[in-house]
Amino acid sequence: MNWSLFFDLTVSGLTLGSLYALIALGYSLVYGILKLLNFAHGDVYMIGAFLGWYALHALGGPVNPTFTGAVVLFLMFVVAMLGCGVLGVAIERFAYRPLRNAPRIAPLISALGVSIFLQNSALLIFGAAFRDYDTFDLIGVKTYNIGQLFFSVPQLLTVVAAIGLMVALTLFVARSRLGKAMRSTSFDREAASMMGIDVDRVISVTFFIGSALAGAAGVMFALVFGQIYHFMGFIAGLKGFTAAVLGGIGSIPGAMVGGLIVGLAESYATGYLPQGSTFQNLYVFALLILVILIRPSGLFGKAAISKV
Amino acid sequence: MEQPPDTPRIGVDEWVASVEGKRERYTGPRGAVLKRWERLPPAARVLVFATPAAVFPFLTSGGNLFRYGLFTLVYALLALGLNIVVGFAGLLDLGYVAFFGCGAYMYAILASPQFGNHWQAEAAIPVVVVFTAVVGLLVGLPSRRLLGDYLAILTLFFGQAFVVFVNNANRISFPFVGHADLTGGANGIANIDPFNFFGYRIDSTSQQYYLLLIAVALVLILLMFVNESRTGRAWRALREDPLAAEVMSIPVNRLKLLAFVFGAAVAGLTGAIYGTIATAALPGDYDVGLLITVYAIMILGGFGSIMGIVVGAVIVSSVPELLRSSANARPLFYGAILLAILVKLRPWRLLAAELGGLVAFGFAIHGIASAAYPRLVDGESIGSGVSARALDHWMLFPKNPVKIADVAYILLVAAIVVYPQLSRVWRAVLLPPLLYLVMFVWENLLLVHIGGATRLILLGAMLVALMNIRPQGLFGTATVEIA
Repeated sequence: MNWSLFFDLTVSGLTLGSLYALIALGYSLVYGILKLLNFAHGDVYMIGAFLGWYALHALGGPVNPTFTGAVVLFLMFVVAMLGCGVLGVAIERFAYRPLRNAPRIAPLISALGVSIFLQNSALLIFGAAFRDYDTFDLIGVKTYNIGQLFFSVPQLLTVVAAIGLMVALTLFVARSRLGKAMRSTSFDREAASMMGIDVDRVISVTFFIGSALAGAAGVMFALVFGQIYHFMGFIAGLKGFTAAVLGGIGSIPGAMVGGLIVGLAESYATGYLPQGSTFQNLYVFALLILVILIRPSGLFGKAAISKV
Repeated sequence: MEQPPDTPRIGVDEWVASVEGKRERYTGPRGAVLKRWERLPPAARVLVFATPAAVFPFLTSGGNLFRYGLFTLVYALLALGLNIVVGFAGLLDLGYVAFFGCGAYMYAILASPQFGNHWQAEAAIPVVVVFTAVVGLLVGLPSRRLLGDYLAILTLFFGQAFVVFVNNANRISFPFVGHADLTGGANGIANIDPFNFFGYRIDSTSQQYYLLLIAVALVLILLMFVNESRTGRAWRALREDPLAAEVMSIPVNRLKLLAFVFGAAVAGLTGAIYGTIATAALPGDYDVGLLITVYAIMILGGFGSIMGIVVGAVIVSSVPELLRSSANARPLFYGAILLAILVKLRPWRLLAAELGGLVAFGFAIHGIASAAYPRLVDGESIGSGVSARALDHWMLFPKNPVKIADVAYILLVAAIVVYPQLSRVWRAVLLPPLLYLVMFVWENLLLVHIGGATRLILLGAMLVALMNIRPQGLFGTATVEIA
């Protein structure tokens, strides 16, 4: 067995997986509370990548940044996360809140509309060309290794930052007052509102957090892979959703594990399966179907009992 | 429906009664038309649409017939098939376009120089329809147990998988057969034969048009009968409440599969016809863009409303074609805005004040800009003629509008999100500047990109707005949620 190829694939799989996990968390959080599939989530991720790009260029660009690389990076993340968070809240306010009592299909269509709108707005403003982050100028080309495990700085940064964000989110949901409110809203929205929880506010916060995570993922993607374009959110959103379903939608640890599985599967498929670099998405699709066939509620999900 | 507030709303019977009673309450000319319409037998309803459509080729040129006529009918047929899956059975199938593509590719494989097959249409069409129906069955099998949202994403993934597959299938080596160029890769399959029914070739535009018209009419009549049948009623029960339907011993899984297969078969038929019209099957034709168009048609028409879909197809396929040139786009856009204001603003004094305010605001801004920042008024509006030149004296046209228009666009989106949250007074005061901003963005940014992103932006915004105003679509009937 070619171990160096295996390690390379593992590193890139973990990187991809962290990205997918962050996107999947956004889906899962929103689904857990509203039972709504936020189709526009992938496009929020795309907007995050572009916000990071603008922040980078507002701070002097990758070659002559105003501050040192680390500060610029941090500010890029802050801008992208805040911007996406606000965008997510606005989307909820405008496209989903008026439809809370509408038939179930209406918010899905509305989400589709938001997705088209964001994608083409990005096309209108950013243009169809690819934008480059020029990470090499900002961070340098140095790679590190542990034995045969080679990784670049952006890859390490992505995995570490993703883990950090996930830990923070888990603590937030488990320990804080708002997290408690989120859990109870997700359990039973009506009862939560009777207990004096401001459900609208909880939903806004949920959208803010989920979208901010997607924004962070967008910047990370751009740091690792360099190029961003207006259509990048679509496939990433699909993968993120696959990850959320794999892990059991609505479950936070499920989204994380699901993301890693999808990322690793995609990476290994690219390396080992026939025509992998062309058909990686088909292999991920096959994985999704397999999981749905065997365990429709996902790895960590509980089987839903429907009540009349 | 009037009822005392303390009695719970049980059962649908009251609701049914209220709908039945609605027919008696129609008044005025609209009521007279509606009453007539609801009394017409299905065949007569189809004739109401088919007659003008059949006369259409005599009134227009070949190019217009191709651009408006053929595409409207293709869209209508596609949306009718989608309506079975989404409108009747309530399954959100986002991979529907892939079945359309399957049909086109299958026909291309059977009747093009790609493999040297040149089947007759009477043999090829049934094979194509059965093939896509089987594909629909295969996709439906793992999906039948899924709830709405899971199904949506699975089918969306299937649609993407289809595009990836046809784009790259020229590189696959099959077991036993060896290498075979199944789909022509990114170049697609070209030179598809025209339909050849028993030696009668259908290759002129008007022949294709009538063939499509016949197909649409047949599917329409079929759907009307299905809609009234046991299966149609069961589908509707499934759509309204899958759990209740199952409890009433309706075979839910089998019906879901049936809807999937039925929809896929109609899409396959449409694909075969589209293949001969376009004379080529290209992977790019079966992507998300088409999916959104077909959904827009179905939503505009109203879920489950068969006739609404035909109207939706006419609107959705002709409006973007009209929007292609800025000469048509401008009056359409301003007309729509004016109409929205006329409907929304009451009383007329407020309306007059707002419009007057808008005109005054424009002149004031233009005056200030030309005095202080001449750069902002150096440019010219797109197009020629008196109205375009008159606009130059009122609207700002920067010499180099790219950057400022981008900022204005983002500002506009933010403003539209914030605007409904404001109080009444602020809304009234801020309406003229908001409208001015809308027009500024339209003239300086959207009109420039009218052939590309603008149309889809408008479509996306329209979907969100329509769902906000009328979640059931234009011609759909509202459903009540009985908790």
